[in-house]
Parts: sequence; C-alpha cells; structure tokens
Amino acid sequence: MSTIAMFKRTESEMTETMPQNEVKNHIAFLELSDVSIEFPTRKGPFKALDNVNLKIAKGEFISIIGHSGCGKSTVLNIVAGLYKATTGGVILGGKEVDEPGPDRAVVFQNHSLLPWLSCYQNVELAVKAIFKKRMTKAEMKAWIEHNLHLVHMDHAMHKYPAEISGGMKQRVGIVRALAMQPTVLLMDEPFGALDALTRAHLQDSVMEIQSDLKNTVIMITHDVDEAVLLSDKIVMMTNGPAATVGEVLHVELERPRDRLQLANDTQYNAYRAEVLKFLYERQRRPAEG
Amino acid sequence: MKNTIINYLEMAGMSWLVPVVRLSAGENPREQISEMFTGIGLPIIALVAFLLLWAGAASEVKTSLGVLPGPIAVWEQGENLWQEYKAERIKEQAFYERQDVRNKKKLEKNPDAEIKVRDYTGRVTFIDQIWTSLITVFTGFVIASLIAIPVGVVCGLSRNMYGAISPLIQIFKPVSPLAWLPIVTMVVSAVYVSDNPMFEKSFINSAITVTLCSLWPTLINTAMAVSSIDKDLINVGRVIRLSWVTQIFKIAIPASLPMIFTGLRISLGIGWMVLIAAEMLAQNPGLGKFVWDEFQNGSSDSLARIMFAVLTIGMIGFLLDWIMIALQRVLSHDKNSCH
Repeated sequence: MSTIAMFKRTESEMTETMPQNEVKNHIAFLELSDVSIEFPTRKGPFKALDNVNLKIAKGEFISIIGHSGCGKSTVLNIVAGLYKATTGGVILGGKEVDEPGPDRAVVFQNHSLLPWLSCYQNVELAVKAIFKKRMTKAEMKAWIEHNLHLVHMDHAMHKYPAEISGGMKQRVGIVRALAMQPTVLLMDEPFGALDALTRAHLQDSVMEIQSDLKNTVIMITHDVDEAVLLSDKIVMMTNGPAATVGEVLHVELERPRDRLQLANDTQYNAYRAEVLKFLYERQRRPAEG
Repeated sequence: MKNTIINYLEMAGMSWLVPVVRLSAGENPREQISEMFTGIGLPIIALVAFLLLWAGAASEVKTSLGVLPGPIAVWEQGENLWQEYKAERIKEQAFYERQDVRNKKKLEKNPDAEIKVRDYTGRVTFIDQIWTSLITVFTGFVIASLIAIPVGVVCGLSRNMYGAISPLIQIFKPVSPLAWLPIVTMVVSAVYVSDNPMFEKSFINSAITVTLCSLWPTLINTAMAVSSIDKDLINVGRVIRLSWVTQIFKIAIPASLPMIFTGLRISLGIGWMVLIAAEMLAQNPGLGKFVWDEFQNGSSDSLARIMFAVLTIGMIGFLLDWIMIALQRVLSHDKNSCH
C-alpha cells in the first residue's frame, strides 16, 4: 500500500508536487475549473457533473475512468465544446472553449464515419474543411494518404465503411481526428466496441502514434488495463449524479510500454490494483451497493 | 463477369434473374433451380391461376354491355388499341406528306407565296393518353419534390419551424385529391391567363392536383429523417466547423436519403393514383379520360378496353415504383433499405 501511495495523489497534492517550472506558470495547457453541468429533465434539473477540476499539461495522455453513467463522456463533450458547462469553464492554451472546433478533434465511440463516403473521403471531408486555405489540392491528398498510412489503412482507403471491419473503421475514425492536427485529441471510449485482440492492436497503434506526434490526449475508458497501459495520468471519477474527480493516479511507467512485459510487472499491477480498488471498493455502483 | 451481371441485376431490382445467371455459369444447379422456382415459377403459377379464375368468373357475369370480358378478349382489345395507334400514325405521316407536297407546289409557282403548316389533329389514341398521363404525373411529382424536400429539411433542422408547419400538414394531408380539383380548376382559370399558353390549362390542373397530394409523404419523411440523424454525425460536422450549407449538403441530406426516397416512392404512387381519378373527374386528357370516355361510349368493346386500361395503369404504377427503387439503389448509401 505504501508504494502505491507514492503514485497516488489527489488533484490538490498534484499541483504541490508538480515540477518547478509548471508550478511557476500555474496555468496548465488545458484546464477545467469548477465545471458543473445540469441537464433539464421532466423531474427538474439533473446535475450530472459537480465541480470538476482538472489540469492537463501539454503532451500528456489522460484517461478518465469511472462507472457507466458517471458523466465521463460529459466531461469530454464539454472540453470538445459540444456541451456548455452550466458553471465553470474550460481554458485551452489561454483561451476559453465555447464552441466545437478542429483544435479539439473527437474520436467518437462508434467511429461515426459517414457511411456514404469512402475512408479516404471521410478523412478528406475533415481535411478540406480545415486546411482549404492552407494547403493545395496535392498537399491535401498527400496529407490524407500519409495519415491513412499511419494506421496502416492505405490498402483499404477507397473502401466504404460498410465494407471494412469494426477495428478498421475505428482506425479511420482516429485518423480523421489526427488529420485535423488537433492540439488536444479527445477519444470517447474509442475501443469500447471492439473485440479484445483488435483492441490490443489498436492500443499499440495509438501508443506508437502518440510517441511520434506527442499529442495531448484525453481518453474516456472503462477498461482498467487500457487506462494503466496508455496513460500518464488516470482520472478516476466518482459515481453520478453530481459526479466529480475522485482521485488522480500518476502512472510513471517507462515508455515505450510493452503489454507482455508489463503483465508481470509489480508496479504495473500496483497501479492496476489501485484503480480497481477505487472502482470496486470506494465507488461501488449504486445498483450493487 | 458473372458477379458484375448479378450486381447489375440486383441494382435494377431484378434479383429473380440471378439464379438464371448462376445456373448458366454452372453453379450448384439444384439450389439454383429451387431458387428459380420461388423467384419465377411461383409467380407464374399464381398469374396463371388468376387468369383462369378471371376467365371462369367473367363468363358468368352478364352486364348491359354483354358478358364481362375474359383475359383473351382484353388482350385482343389491347392489340386493337395498338393497331389504332399505328393507323393514326400512318394517317399523320400521310397528312404531313400531303401538306409538304402542297406547300412545295405552291412555292414552285410563286416563291413568295404564303405557306401554311398545320399540326395534325387526329384522334387521340390510347398510347397518346398514356404519354399525357406520364408527363403530367412526372411534372406534378417533380414540382412536389422540389417543394417538399427543402421544406422537409428545414422542418427537420428546426423544431420551431416543424411546430409551426405541423398543423397545416396534418390538416391538408388527409384531403382527397378530388376535393382539391374544383379549387385548382377555378384558380388556374383565373390566374393562368395567356394568349399563347405554353401548357394546356387541363394539363396544369392535373399536374397541380398531383403536386398537392404527393407533397406530404416526401415532406414528412424528409423532416423525420433529418431530425433523426445520428447525433454523432452532426457532431462530426460541428467539430470540423462546416458551414450550415455544407452541413446540409454533405451530412444532413445524404444521411436522410434512404428515408427521403421512401417518401418519394409513396408520393409518386399516390400521385399516379390521384392523377387517374382527377382525369376521370375533370375530363382532362390522360388515361383517366380514356377510361371515362370508353364508359360513356358503351360499345360492346368498351369493357374490354377499360380492363386493358386498368391493367396498363397498374403496370405503369409498378414500373414507376421500380424506377424509383433502382434510382434509390444507385444514389443512396443504404443499399439494404429498398424493398
């Protein structure tokens, strides 16, 4: 338990122990401050999130984990600008987030490719919309192909979503987001609908890309292994209604990480146990408790 | 090669021909023959049974115009109608030839002579009426679609707009086309005044009546489709900040195309039914008028001719629907939605 305590810090402790230069700036790259959101329902307003505070440094990979219905996706949607916080707000690079934009590209849970466009055209739609003034046609084509190559989709780029597997669709979904050159990449349970083997494969791809591009990533997940394997920080959320950040776990495993080696790694397993304890001891699902 | 043919057949909605292609390619004959039996054999058996039943029952019914015609009598009248059409065309050709010769002679005598070119005004045959009806239904349907799809998209995007228009739709949708007809006729005669009209008034009356009735299914389906587009697809558009015009043309319309097409199919079907009734009631040229004229005519052939017209109306309705399905398969991404 004592070893684990070293890695586990609450959000307030985290700022105290942050590296010196980051404390000096005190303004994180991406900051959620006192974010609360209420949804109107027939029985009156429903408070989904209450006082969510989060600071994320540039290039960090953050996972948000929690039981279903705890408002993980809501946090992501607020950062994306798709939902508006009732109180509080999000600051990205010194500017307040108030509408969706390609600087915060979203990878949706069910890939959300437009079924009437081929993989290439799906990426093209985004690239055209964002870079039409900055790139020539040839540059756009090269950029789209380069990105599809990144996730090994070059062989099937002119196929339609209905003609490829779930894993391939999600690859294209990720590439569409990456091709926007976002400052923050938002992923909403990106591997949730995939089988275990495909999921592992895609997780490796994401880690590989992440080590190249050094994106800032927020990923929603309900998979403990996935969270520990991919993240620099795991944000654990309490159960809703009025969910908030329960604990933040810093994962200080060496990169590149290898899932096979880590399987027997004591540190890895300690992190894993810590998240499991949070989820199944402290935040048992209301239905179970 | 085989697969391309099969693909085209399926695109064209003629999947019953697929086993024939497979069989000729020597693919598992037993299975293909059983497929052919369900796809081709059974419909033929049903058709023959219907014809026999018809022939048997018809001879028992004595009307004031004689015995109700059976399939053979109807077929003969069909041939007669075709012969009449051909005879009419020959007469027409002869008329124009005579006119040409006459005019040439006149010009030979005096190059400055005034020549008259008259249109042939012969009898309107069955085939001409088919064309009139088809052109009318198509015009009415196109006008209706050009109104219904944009209005439907707007209604689907804006709940306020839909709320505003919804009561109007609910009230006008159930109105019978024939109730519209007197109003349309009066308005058209009052408004469409021209010395040299491009279209006949009767044509405009029929087309507008078709429009009024085939607006609603397309409008409602489009509005429903647009308002129920997967939210994530809309969010994709929001994240890449598409302008609302691009959002509509690149996301909203393609996403709703399958349902819009279902609406269009229903609209065209209703339009075709409405047109025949309107033509009968208003004596506007077309198949409806043909049926009514034959009924008034009351010759011994009339019933057989009317029956042939009824079957033709049915066949054309079927053909129109089939064309819409084929169009849908080509244009829409959801290839499974058309049955």
